[in-house]
Amino acid sequence: MEDKSKQLVQMISDMQEEDAVKLAREMLDAGYDPVKLLGHCREAMEMVGKRYEQGEYFLPELMLAGEMLKAIGDMAKPLIKQDAEGAKTVGTILIGTVQGDLHDIGKNIVTFMLEINGYKVIDLGIDVPVENFVESIKQHKPQVVGLSGFLTLAFDAMKQTIEAIKQAGLRENTKIMIGGGQVDETIKTYTGADAFGLNAMDAVSLCKQWVPA
Amino acid sequence: MSAGSAATPGSILYAQRLKRLMDAIELREPDRLPSILFSHFWVARYCGMTFREAMYDYEGLAVAIRKAMVDLEPDGYQPVHAAVAFGPTMDILDYKQLEWPGHKGLAENVPFQYLDAQYMAPEEYEEYVQDPTGFMLHKYMPRVAGALEPLSQLPHYPGVLHTRIIQSMEAYARPEVRRALETMIKAGEEMQKMRAVQSRLIQELKDLGFPATAHATSHAPFDVAADYLRGSKGAMLDLFRNKDRLLNLLDRLTVLIPPTAIESAKAAGGNMIFVPLHWGLDGFMSPKQFTTFFWPQFQKVLLTLIEAGLHPHVLWEGDCTSRLDVIKDVPPGKCVYFFERTDMFKAKEALRGKVCIRGNVPASMLIAGTPNEVREHCKKLFDVVGDGGGFILDAGVGVPDEAKPENVLAMFQCAKECVY
Repeated sequence: MEDKSKQLVQMISDMQEEDAVKLAREMLDAGYDPVKLLGHCREAMEMVGKRYEQGEYFLPELMLAGEMLKAIGDMAKPLIKQDAEGAKTVGTILIGTVQGDLHDIGKNIVTFMLEINGYKVIDLGIDVPVENFVESIKQHKPQVVGLSGFLTLAFDAMKQTIEAIKQAGLRENTKIMIGGGQVDETIKTYTGADAFGLNAMDAVSLCKQWVPA
Repeated sequence: MSAGSAATPGSILYAQRLKRLMDAIELREPDRLPSILFSHFWVARYCGMTFREAMYDYEGLAVAIRKAMVDLEPDGYQPVHAAVAFGPTMDILDYKQLEWPGHKGLAENVPFQYLDAQYMAPEEYEEYVQDPTGFMLHKYMPRVAGALEPLSQLPHYPGVLHTRIIQSMEAYARPEVRRALETMIKAGEEMQKMRAVQSRLIQELKDLGFPATAHATSHAPFDVAADYLRGSKGAMLDLFRNKDRLLNLLDRLTVLIPPTAIESAKAAGGNMIFVPLHWGLDGFMSPKQFTTFFWPQFQKVLLTLIEAGLHPHVLWEGDCTSRLDVIKDVPPGKCVYFFERTDMFKAKEALRGKVCIRGNVPASMLIAGTPNEVREHCKKLFDVVGDGGGFILDAGVGVPDEAKPENVLAMFQCAKECVY
């Protein structure tokens, strides 16, 4: 089984989807501990993340890795007794595409990369009204809020969201990062965010800097 | 104006502006820096219209465009009606691929947005490749518009011949098909109304001396597969799961895509093709994936358009700096590469003597900056990217909807001051 677990990690990180899912199935059928199996998946995801950071992998690989993780997770999770789950998280990140904007590819990739780096991510989805961000911050108390937007209309929506967070007295304890489309230093200042990022690696390194493991 | 008639101030300006643009495209030094106005909703906003009004009020939009053109005096422009004024037609069709202002959940002042989804299943690849027109008619159009669902009942004509052609007419009299056809006629009449206003405006602007710089639109094969057929997730997974099917489809698209643009440009009496790209940028694909799934097929499309005497204006969305060494391989003086976030100075190094560059005043600067910052930026672009010609000034992906008027005015004014 030791060999098989190594093989599984390698198959996932080398994008061999069919083989990886088949092997995971075999391992579970042979009684392999589902919690340990998911641990191997996490290990593989870390390798995928590293390869993405190093410029070897790109969005298609992250997308496929996500699919493998989901397929194996769907097989393993029903076999896990409830209290066995609940891995420790490094911190909580709240993320969403701001009001008026329906784009989500960037946000989803950032979410995926943060999750494989050990963060708990609460994803509010797309076209998120300002008040939903405020309410969710009160409820989940995230250390970092990520505002995503592809369209230029997002600049004002981000500005209004950050303003509302401030008005609600939640700004001081919350780091805010913006990303997507055409954001840059000028828009960081314009919106009042703490930082901006051009890709998912930037989001991860900002969170690591603000909420170290 | 017919050939040989007396020159008017407008016709003189038109010839000067067109020459300025063509000098840049064909890599000569023009008299001064040419500029193009490309906007979706900025012109509407500039004149106090809502985004929804811009999509529904053809005449109001024409007034707004005319005012913006007269105020800014760009050397060329992309017709706006074709890019936004299809609200009434979408209502008639019960269109499903877009969300637009005032429709369902979107506010009045939000641009229309494409809904990324799977519009062709992986098992339909072969069907599309074998009979693309049949697939579009029987499956695709019914999926993207509620009113077109009954088109799925139309006969499959390759197998309908001789007296069966006569018999096949029965299908058109079925109540639901009849309703779909009547709706299509209504939608067609609505589109003709819009087109009539647009054509009249294009002529008016021509009389005022402004050439249009987009006579048709075309696409990269991978974008068609990813945006319009498989959806972004499906397309990305297909790089692994359905690689051969995808490559086969892309090959087919290199042949299917160009004729539409060539015919449309001919009908519009022009030679400039707008080609917006969505999947070519750095970070989306690896260099190897780019040279396998994107560039070779797109290059073929470009070459076909060029052979037909057309000038593609390729909008390379995002940052494409790492692609420059690959994409420079096109015949010199034919294409315009319109960059959004690509490093313009590196682009000039790579593309000098090959491709005219267009762009790229940042959206952030036009929205949140000052006229002085805009002027400084434009001058710097002119000095470096404009060196030796081959440069057209524009914003990153056109003028953003939320740009401050004074910043946009500064951008176009600056082009007039940048003399060679």
